[in-house]
Amino acid sequence: MPGSADTRGRLRLIVIQALVFSLFATLFARLYYLQVVSGADYRSQAASQSVREVVVQPQRGLIVDAQGRPLVTNRKSWVISVDRTVLGRLGQRQQDALLSRIGAAVGLSPHRIRKQLGTCGERGSVPGVCWNGSPYQPVPIAADVPERVALRVLEQPEDHPAVLAEQQTVRAYPRPFGVNAAHLLGYLSPITEGEYDRAQETGDRSVNGASSVGRAGVEKQYDEWLRGMPGYRRVAVDSMGRVLGEEREIPGQPGDTLVTSIDAKVQGVVEQQLARTIATARRTVDPVTGRRYAADAGAAVVMEVDTGRVVALASQPTYDPEVWVGGITKGQLSRLYSEAAGTPLLGRATQGQFAPGSTWKPFMTAGALTHGFGTDTRLNCSSGFQVGNRVFKNYESGAYGYIGFDRALEVSCNTFFYRVGYHFWQRFGTDVDDVDAKDPLVEEAKAFGFGDETGIDLPGEASGRIADRRWKLDYWKQMKDYYCGIASRPQSAPANKGISDFVYQFAGEFCVEGYAYRAGDAVNFSIGQGDTIVTPLQLARAYAAIANGGTLYEPRIAKAIVSPRGTVLRRFRPQPAARVGVPGRVLHYIDEALKGVSLRGTMSWRLLEFPLDKVQIRSKTGSAEVYGKQSTSWVASYTDDYVVVMMVSQGGTGSGTSGPAIRKIYEELYGVDGLGVDPKRAAIPGVVAPERLPTFTRDGSILSPRRGGS
Amino acid sequence: MTGRAPRQAAVRRVPGLDWLLMAAVLGLLVLGTLLVWSATSARDGLSPGDPSAYLRKHLVNVAIGLVLLVLVAATDHRWVRILAPLAYLASVAGLVLVLTNGVTINGSRSWLQLGGMSIQPSELAKLAVVIGMALVVAERAEGRRRRTVDWIDVTLMLLIAGLPATLILLQPDLGTMLVLAATVFGVLAASGAPRRWLVLLAGGGVATAVTAVWAGMLADYQVDRFLAFTDPDLDPRGAGYNTEQARIAVGNGGLFGEGLFDGSQTRSGFVPEQHTDFIFTVAGEELGLVGAGLLIGLLALVVWRALVIASRTDDLFGRIAAGGIACWLGFQSFQNVGMCLGIMPVTGVPLPLVSYGGSSMFAVMLAVGLLQNIHLRTSASPMRHLAPDPVLVRR
Repeated sequence: MPGSADTRGRLRLIVIQALVFSLFATLFARLYYLQVVSGADYRSQAASQSVREVVVQPQRGLIVDAQGRPLVTNRKSWVISVDRTVLGRLGQRQQDALLSRIGAAVGLSPHRIRKQLGTCGERGSVPGVCWNGSPYQPVPIAADVPERVALRVLEQPEDHPAVLAEQQTVRAYPRPFGVNAAHLLGYLSPITEGEYDRAQETGDRSVNGASSVGRAGVEKQYDEWLRGMPGYRRVAVDSMGRVLGEEREIPGQPGDTLVTSIDAKVQGVVEQQLARTIATARRTVDPVTGRRYAADAGAAVVMEVDTGRVVALASQPTYDPEVWVGGITKGQLSRLYSEAAGTPLLGRATQGQFAPGSTWKPFMTAGALTHGFGTDTRLNCSSGFQVGNRVFKNYESGAYGYIGFDRALEVSCNTFFYRVGYHFWQRFGTDVDDVDAKDPLVEEAKAFGFGDETGIDLPGEASGRIADRRWKLDYWKQMKDYYCGIASRPQSAPANKGISDFVYQFAGEFCVEGYAYRAGDAVNFSIGQGDTIVTPLQLARAYAAIANGGTLYEPRIAKAIVSPRGTVLRRFRPQPAARVGVPGRVLHYIDEALKGVSLRGTMSWRLLEFPLDKVQIRSKTGSAEVYGKQSTSWVASYTDDYVVVMMVSQGGTGSGTSGPAIRKIYEELYGVDGLGVDPKRAAIPGVVAPERLPTFTRDGSILSPRRGGS
Repeated sequence: MTGRAPRQAAVRRVPGLDWLLMAAVLGLLVLGTLLVWSATSARDGLSPGDPSAYLRKHLVNVAIGLVLLVLVAATDHRWVRILAPLAYLASVAGLVLVLTNGVTINGSRSWLQLGGMSIQPSELAKLAVVIGMALVVAERAEGRRRRTVDWIDVTLMLLIAGLPATLILLQPDLGTMLVLAATVFGVLAASGAPRRWLVLLAGGGVATAVTAVWAGMLADYQVDRFLAFTDPDLDPRGAGYNTEQARIAVGNGGLFGEGLFDGSQTRSGFVPEQHTDFIFTVAGEELGLVGAGLLIGLLALVVWRALVIASRTDDLFGRIAAGGIACWLGFQSFQNVGMCLGIMPVTGVPLPLVSYGGSSMFAVMLAVGLLQNIHLRTSASPMRHLAPDPVLVRR
């Protein structure tokens, strides 16, 4: 069959032709499907991967003092981050080379960077080092890097795929007059995943995955104002995440400025005095224990008596707020919490709770004078006072015979106030089980705001505690199992190892009748000893109420919120919280008595040669005893303008330890010069800061209220 | 015949080339040059500091290719047949060298580093196999003076194809292997081999492929790619990444494209191997359905002209060679474009006349030259309609 193969071949060419064309038609159909039918889909996918939204963090608002001096500002800082998505596209060897190169530049080992890039919770992740932010966000590996390192990354992107260098603003502390104010100002830390999710749910656009939020102090309290609104920049990126060009920018909004009532100059003096007082105490030998004073903590408050505005608030031990900037290390953080270092994170002025000691007596006086006692009352200031089979001694004073309340305050007579406390207990409360028994002294303490938060604009304030009958019962219920457990075993039992004789004996008594509010509790209460504890701020506020005629103010640090353009958005007016309900004549009587303390009482030896005629300091000293510890030194004082309270835990006697500092603070506040007073030398121009705010000019400078336009 | 041919050829060359084929080829070359330029100019990583480096190299390749095309087209038919065995042996030698001294790129040992050039012998092997197979059948048929294809022809053809195919499988280069299989099948079909052979071979080929996958003869990445093609969402960061990005780029083009040099995905380098295997995605994104459709049309035109040349020629060698070339170019184009569109698995084969790369460019230009050569001979014969077999008539 010649030619048959030939013909077959030609026929087959036609078949092949049909086949090839059907294949090409398939291609065209598919092309049409991709580009026209589902084109919109692919276009959006293309856009989403080639355009990235870059968050432009807003400048956080400033925090300034009443004179407009910046306490917290911002500075630029270079941050190096690694985009894990892009890194994952590189080969293993490329990754290793890249990480060791960038590690060498920022001073980290590649191994360490790997750990930092690990997502927390994944297998092998290292808590504290791992990344707990969004999985799609570049992970910051080094903050505050030198500019030349950042510029190298920026200028040679081909050598640094997946590496980003960005400028961020971080907090800066200009420290006018050397102020620290760490507890007052607070700090920032990166947003947690939970907070971020919540913000997303509520549609809050002010935070993003890379935000830092206020965690303490006014940074936390006024976070929403200070935060600002982040901007967004849409940039075209290539497959390696490198930015090719900018497409669009939605500008952010800087945060608002917080004007506080703090005066940096006064704050500086107060901090310095507190630190010096503690340093001196630590060199002084305690005559009771024979050891030097531990002086483990201290606090000082300066507040305006007529407004509740806080002018200075200091706490010891303190820390450098800069440690939070750019991420705190594990070691630094554990030091802030460490008891060995005195838990520097705890702000003693608002969060520390201490027995008030004799600074408590003016409030007991108010309670007594409004409940049957009179200014003509004379009680025996003996050297001891027996309640049942126990003798309560007069610690701070000797025996003064029959005296009135004024003299009792001046010399801080304990036995005098024991008799007052015992009187009320006998009259209303001999039934030790009656938790509702009337107690005018407890009522008075509550009226002066003790046992409750003051409402200061600082988060985490402690409420203190009034150790009344109800508290005692509750405490017994809570602890009886523990103490009864100790008491049920012989002291030599293995489970009681380390229990001292005192505690063993106490446990036995507590187990049986720890709920009972006995006469001993009542007399202890009357002199501010025992289980009653107060914060230094509570004490300052209560003394301010004596000074201002009976109004308890909510202490305020914020004075105003001012927009970046200088518009006042909100003013914080003095906020009266309550009236103490004590007649003016009683307050006046106490006021006169406290003047006497300064003139001839327990504080007088610290105010020799002080122009008390021009600056009338009223004061009360106190030394609170705590079982197993050295006494707490207290001085509470006030003038017509300011209340000044200082305390040093395990620091010694009131006037002995804190007296000189109190005097120095008043000298600065009023411009005391020898026996004269020169208001021009006062720390605050005009002695008390005006209601007027500093002036914020358009160019960003801030003028003090006085210069700003009077 | 041997004495007359050169003189006759001189006379017959007058009517000229297949201008439609020529226009399609030139169109593809121009389009390809623009696409290579676009795909490489924004990629700093490919040629740091020199955005036009690839464009220049591509133009050199095109120029060399055109010279080769003209040379082959102008060469006497006899010389082609004399040189064919040499070309075949050279490409087999190249494939052996690749296995011993080759450079591994993307998992395949397919490249020979020669001086500053990388040569991919498997590209030239496709042409060599086509010519080799055509030559065997033609020589034997002419020797026997009849035009049937018996089992000896088929066996010889399979042996001719089998040697390079084995070498290519050893690299392993799955894409070239698939194209080669389609080409061999086309050559066999065009040669007029009995149908039972074709059915047997097709069945055997499928069985071999299935066995290969089951027995684990294929490298993991090849199976991965195949799976990724069936379901690109399986692993969008790994094997499926290529297909996914290719589809996004093509889909982003829409009807008219984003404009040459303006494709966001192309400029940003999301599609890997975009100037070589995935060059079609550049056309898809930047030129849209219109431009990419034109590209498919031009490829179809080339294949169609090859088939027309194959069916018009009276020369058995010419018909088998042209048919084989048509199958080769047709299937390779389909494989390449299909891969970019996500309907074929990702296997590294270049798009004929468009992709960057010298080996493929030279092989295809040689093939086009051969097509023109066959066309010249055919169109020069005044008796071609009357005498289907000039060899027999002359005798």
